[in-house]
Amino acid sequence: MRRLTWFNATSLTLGFAFLYIPMIVVIIYSFNESRLVTVWGGFSTKWYGELLRNESFLDAAWVTFQVGFFSSIIATILGTMGAYVLVRGGRFYGRTLFSGMMYAPLVMPEVITGLSLLLLFISIGLDRGMFTIILAHGTFAMCYVSVVVSSRLVSFDRSVEEAALDLGCTPFEAFRLVTLPIIAPAVISGWLLALTLSLDDLVIASFVAGPSATTLPIKVFSSIRLGVSPEINALSTILIGIVTIGTIAASLTTKRAVMRRQREERMAEQAG
Amino acid sequence: MPQTAFEPWNDPDAKPLIQFRNVSKRFGDFTAIDDLSIDIFEREFFALLGPSGCGKTTMMRMLAGFETPTSGTIMLDGQDISPIPPNKRSVNMMFQSYALFPHLTVYENIAFGLRRSKMPKDEIDARVKQMLKLVQIEKFGARKPEQISGGQRQRVALARALAKGPKLLLLDEPLSALDKKLRQDTQFELMDIQEKTGTTFVVVTHDQEEAMTVASRVAVMDHGKLKQVDTPDRIYEAPNSTYVADFIGDVNIIEGYATKQGDTVSIAWSEGHSPIIGTPSKPIADGKVSFAIRPEKIAISAERPTDRNNIVHGKVLDIAYLGNLSTYHVALPDGTIIKAQTANSRRRSSRPFTWDDEVWLSWTDTAGIVLES
Amino acid sequence: MNMRRFSLIAVPYGWLLLLFLVPFLIVFKISLSDVALSIPPYTPTLELSEGWAGFRDFLSQLDFENYEFLATDDLYWKSYLSSLQIAFISTTICLLIGFPIAYGMANAPKEWQPTLMLLVILPFWTSFLIRVYSLIGILSQEGMLNQFLMWIGIINEPLTILNTNIAVYIGIVYTYVPFMILPIYATLIKLDGSLLEAAEDLGCSRTEAFWRITVPLSKAGIIAGCFLVFIPALGEFVIPSLLGGSDTLMIGKVLYEEFFANRDWPVAGAVAVILLLILIIPIVLYQRNEQKMMEADT
Repeated sequence: MRRLTWFNATSLTLGFAFLYIPMIVVIIYSFNESRLVTVWGGFSTKWYGELLRNESFLDAAWVTFQVGFFSSIIATILGTMGAYVLVRGGRFYGRTLFSGMMYAPLVMPEVITGLSLLLLFISIGLDRGMFTIILAHGTFAMCYVSVVVSSRLVSFDRSVEEAALDLGCTPFEAFRLVTLPIIAPAVISGWLLALTLSLDDLVIASFVAGPSATTLPIKVFSSIRLGVSPEINALSTILIGIVTIGTIAASLTTKRAVMRRQREERMAEQAG
Repeated sequence: MPQTAFEPWNDPDAKPLIQFRNVSKRFGDFTAIDDLSIDIFEREFFALLGPSGCGKTTMMRMLAGFETPTSGTIMLDGQDISPIPPNKRSVNMMFQSYALFPHLTVYENIAFGLRRSKMPKDEIDARVKQMLKLVQIEKFGARKPEQISGGQRQRVALARALAKGPKLLLLDEPLSALDKKLRQDTQFELMDIQEKTGTTFVVVTHDQEEAMTVASRVAVMDHGKLKQVDTPDRIYEAPNSTYVADFIGDVNIIEGYATKQGDTVSIAWSEGHSPIIGTPSKPIADGKVSFAIRPEKIAISAERPTDRNNIVHGKVLDIAYLGNLSTYHVALPDGTIIKAQTANSRRRSSRPFTWDDEVWLSWTDTAGIVLES
Repeated sequence: MNMRRFSLIAVPYGWLLLLFLVPFLIVFKISLSDVALSIPPYTPTLELSEGWAGFRDFLSQLDFENYEFLATDDLYWKSYLSSLQIAFISTTICLLIGFPIAYGMANAPKEWQPTLMLLVILPFWTSFLIRVYSLIGILSQEGMLNQFLMWIGIINEPLTILNTNIAVYIGIVYTYVPFMILPIYATLIKLDGSLLEAAEDLGCSRTEAFWRITVPLSKAGIIAGCFLVFIPALGEFVIPSLLGGSDTLMIGKVLYEEFFANRDWPVAGAVAVILLLILIIPIVLYQRNEQKMMEADT
């Protein structure tokens, strides 16, 4: 039997307190009437109003959203292709180099990725802006997508694809009608991961973004350097809220799916 | 009405459906199939039997089109099928894992192959319903694979593979995922369905009992070669090698030196024992031989029998009570252990022999098989 | 090879060649070049119009001057050493904090586990920048931490934590500890409880069983977690620039400043190449560990 010992309870409590207190403080102070971030001046939502009236934040958010949208789509398509090639592609010339390039960006320091992409864009004379951020994010996020998708591809029974071929599918039909529906959940989580990485990225974006395109993290970073501000608290609260709702919703969906699966298995046993 | 036996392999005019002609398959240094030739006929229920790694699965995957032979040709209906991709072959396969599409219902799984061909919708519907009926799962058409039991999944996989009416159906360990009781029932159903549809079945299995039960002919394989291709009873009663004799069922193998004596041979095998008299199926030269004899062909008695040439004396070492049978392990004075089996045809409160009893073992001149080694 | 298979391989392959490998080769080339005042601020540039002679000319102008400069100027090697030190110490602290949390999670009642898992994953999806930001308010002179410490009476004067290396340690541990918890939890949850019972049955005490069974069997998770913290911490830029002080030397920050503030691209390139060389060792070790874990799974 698993039970909560005194030691385990303490380490869990302290650990989660450490992880959550800073964020909770930010949330609380986002409702602070006072501009002084350390003094409680009463409850107010005025900083949310201020934030929503701040054009530069709204512009940055719009840029970030567009970059995230397009780069995550590119990353999902390329990452899924890459995963399929790595897991099912068999042997081809330069496979080792390919798998190396597929994994390297996962461990590459962001400063190096950003620097190298910036130098590439300069040497081919590509104007820096939203487009270059999309290219950069698409490239490093595709590797994360590929990891998520390939773990699903590895774990599912290869003979299901062979069965599709056996029943008359061309290889492309087999992918579309059988493989893709089966790996769809992994592709979706890969896409979500790519989107989050893009929305979150500061370092690579600040290298490859020109003066014409400022993303939200770049904007937030430059404001933070000036110190803690109630508007940033409000923005943080909104972002934390979105992530929390999204994560909880996702976990509830998974839980429901698991429960349905268990019910179906029971049904199958009775049917047998 | 005289019933002619189904034995196309004995008919010199019969045209085989599948012909392997000197087929070899190598994976790197490993030879999976070694210069193998075989004919399989229409309507046959053919079993490829062997331990894992013997090449039986490779043979089947070459028939399905997932592997191509390194050398040699495979003909289906007189046509070389090597250049034809799996999706264009009129060969279907039932996978060991069943490989049902988890995101489709039972009905859609069975209709999957039909929809790939240009069959009209209403014909597809009729065909799927027919298949559901054939394998007796009409009730489960709307369910997903994970909502049905293992035995039902096996039926869906069979129905899906049969739906397109293939010339040849391949079955990869079709019953290995089922428990023993269900497996035995399903074996007979499988034979029934094969007879009803008239499809040629090639089944791959490592389970000798399964192969012997379902197949019209069994091919015993080892290390990429065919050891023997024959009907189940011939495989059991007349194995052509100690490998086959040993692989199928239980057997005592005695090494010795044969000397011809008319129709029989006399096999000297141990100092202090009189030679074994055996009857070879074909004339053999004097020399080293293996004498193989099944335990149930050896009689066990307390008194020395008088009507037989082959008699040895020993002590009961071990008794295995199997319900319908009892197997006795008898140690001879020189240490050789011989297994003898008796049927427990009557209910008895005690066994006739017990540990350390002195017993006599005996068998007739034709009970064993003499194999040149 | 048919067209479809070719394009399936060629598209992601080509994309990565162009946007991953080529950029890195450019960095390497620039690290061998000299600073120039025009833009782009380095020479030589490869003049393809001059053909072979131009290429030879180009090659002859490349040298290792920037690397020699890195070796002689102690700012750089001090930064490398201090980055290694900060990454190493933070990883150790992450392990000391992360293991008990992972252990507590794995031993918590079954119905709690999805929730606990969610609580670890949530910070992981939350913006990195915002999580670093949330520490600023806590660690500042008049922040919550100082107020709390003065309230319980440990200190009388507020401590200066923000803009010191201490704040950098706290920042790295705070942001990266979920990366330590998750792989350790994953190995602990797979641990067969009967192993511990067997150990106790054979005469181990609880504590002995923990050290002799649990810890060795979670080694793969511990190693994975350590690398997942160490590798990104080594090249970290955001944390030292927001939480660290002017005397905090971390190589990511140095590279950024070399590039943007000093506009010395060749030196920035050399800094990047050396950083990668330092990272190759842990990355190769990490990959070996991953492979071992994969083999153990199958």
